[in-house]
Amino acid sequence: MAYFLQLVFAGAAQGCIYALIGLGFSIIFKASQVINFAQGELLLVGTYVVASAVLNWHLPFLLALPLGLLVTILIGLLFERLVLRRMIGRPPFTILMITIGLDIILRTLVVVGWGSRTIPAATPFTVTSGFNVAGVHLGSSDLWTIAVTIVLCAALYYFFRRTRYGLAMRATALDQEAALAMGIDVRTVYALAWGLAAAITTLGGVLLAIDSLAIDPNFGNAALVAFPAIILGGLDSISGAVVGGVIIGLTSVLTAGYESRLPAVVGTGLHEVTPYLIMILILLIRPYGLFGSRKVERV
Amino acid sequence: MIATRERGRSRLRQELPREAEPPRLLGNLARWLWLGVGVLALLLFFSLAGDDWFTIVNYCLIAAIATLALNLLSGYTGQISLGLAFFMGLGGYTAALLGGNPPQGALDPWGLGLPVFIWLPAAGLVAALVGALIGPSALRLRGFYLGIVTLALVFIGNYLFRNLNFITGGPQGRNFPVPAFGGFSLDQQNSIFGIALTSGQQYFLLILVILLFSALFVYNLSRSRVGRAMRAVRDHEVGAAIMGVNLFEVKMGAFVLSSFLAGVAGALYVSYARYVIPDYWSLSLSIQFVAAIIIGGIADVWGSILGAAFVFALPQVIDYFSLLPPSTGGGGLSSGDLNALLYGLLIIVFLLFEPGGVIGLVRRLRPGGPRLQAAGASANAGAATLKEGGESIEVVDLQQRSSGPDEGQGRRGTGAS
Repeated sequence: MAYFLQLVFAGAAQGCIYALIGLGFSIIFKASQVINFAQGELLLVGTYVVASAVLNWHLPFLLALPLGLLVTILIGLLFERLVLRRMIGRPPFTILMITIGLDIILRTLVVVGWGSRTIPAATPFTVTSGFNVAGVHLGSSDLWTIAVTIVLCAALYYFFRRTRYGLAMRATALDQEAALAMGIDVRTVYALAWGLAAAITTLGGVLLAIDSLAIDPNFGNAALVAFPAIILGGLDSISGAVVGGVIIGLTSVLTAGYESRLPAVVGTGLHEVTPYLIMILILLIRPYGLFGSRKVERV
Repeated sequence: MIATRERGRSRLRQELPREAEPPRLLGNLARWLWLGVGVLALLLFFSLAGDDWFTIVNYCLIAAIATLALNLLSGYTGQISLGLAFFMGLGGYTAALLGGNPPQGALDPWGLGLPVFIWLPAAGLVAALVGALIGPSALRLRGFYLGIVTLALVFIGNYLFRNLNFITGGPQGRNFPVPAFGGFSLDQQNSIFGIALTSGQQYFLLILVILLFSALFVYNLSRSRVGRAMRAVRDHEVGAAIMGVNLFEVKMGAFVLSSFLAGVAGALYVSYARYVIPDYWSLSLSIQFVAAIIIGGIADVWGSILGAAFVFALPQVIDYFSLLPPSTGGGGLSSGDLNALLYGLLIIVFLLFEPGGVIGLVRRLRPGGPRLQAAGASANAGAATLKEGGESIEVVDLQQRSSGPDEGQGRRGTGAS
């Protein structure tokens, strides 16, 4: 039982990370109907910057983190301003491909700049820090991950419900032309969405790096696991991204935990594909996700 | 081409799309000349090149077959797919299972030792069959959703390839069969009609023939009724359906054919490499093919070949001339990195400024080419389609009028909540 609870706790923490990364996808998708394939590499660059700042330049973690966020926000804003804004009105195929272009460039730059070896991740905690409750080890990194996610979700909720720009973003998502007619600067909204998404995703990446202790140039693939999370929750739903993320995190960690007890036929690495299997199942029976709006691209 | 060059004809004749020309391969003197130059170049390469060059070119030709497969699905039919590596892997392992040597020990992967003319088509057929099984559910989804599902296929495939030890040899990989015709095996020197041919040369001939057939097939298909239906589906699904195109049939057809070609390419790749590990069939392989079709030219046969050459041959060429230090894993620019940077950048540049890719650029700059048309189209900022190689198709024009940015955005707006 303690083992199960331990897995649930770890899964919840992992799920929070997927939720953060998924939030990045949803915010951009909601604002501009674009799936940003380069999300994973934004996260990769941010995590490498934070790791470098702490390990090479000996900055304190709390200074390194904003630095990493700043770099990815800048990349996001520049890409949105210089490339994507010219692509408005082009078909989704083209826009997806162009974010793949950015993805390749960022990943290669990381390989060129830092090499393809594994490097230790920056962390403000020691591995064993935390405390035990009823035989379950609550690691401080996991606790912080969950806390940060909850606080961030609350802040986002407030932002989208109460603040001027949050409302502008929601209005634009609802009806772009009407928003324009109401005097909302849609360009600011796009920029805001990209900046916000880059920052949240990077935060998720840094937390994931703390959890996994080391990073390499494939670290950005973590964002691909967030795809099932957002599909599960519904691509255009912010709260869906969070719920989807937690479900995917729990499934993945629970499968990994019990994998060795399954029959040998199952083999190894099942936990890497369970998120995708769930996603395919969801797409077959409820393609708009648990919380998404019903109109979906389906023929 | 011919139509735009003959000024005396009526306007209507001039504006006929390229598809409407009579299907002749060697219509005029210029084409005969080009064909002659091409054959001569091939002969020169064939007799003069060393083994290293054959290795580079053979891999590149195999990649061109797979690029054609992706172009058929994504370029002509507009269905985003990141799953090409999965179908190539299926083809590769089918070839291995059917053509591989019978196992020596208990842990060796299986092999039935069948000849090449069974395992090569079978590789395509198995991939096509799996495509046909997955297609009906996957193709109900559109745009991003299809892209994400095919991405999932790559991961699920990788899991299967790592665990089906009796076929794939597990994570350590397995050996692959060499094409052999009776006692005539492609891994050793043979003489055909009295000419001694190296292994690389024999492979080159085999792959070239298969590539030629695939290219001719895709080219002819694209000019047929089916090809026009495919473009119509790409440019405007609803419009195509109203014109009487059976969306499901067309998409399924493209998906299955594309899987078939990918399977054949996968089988050729592994049989040429002789050894492969499951990790080879990764997402980044799929992405390389995406880069190849965008850089070479969407919906264009020559574009596929050029794109494959650029993405898959450039790093080897750089290494061959040792222009850059080899990759050490410690940072610094290696040939693979330079290539990746280049094609990443080129994807963005081409999609922004020349969606027709290299081949579109060539066609536009060529004297007598449809320069004016293309210039007019790019001046129209609402051009919402991927223009291919300077061609203008009626459906493309319809699409531009009906789905300008205004309407597109309006429609989008109602989708979100």
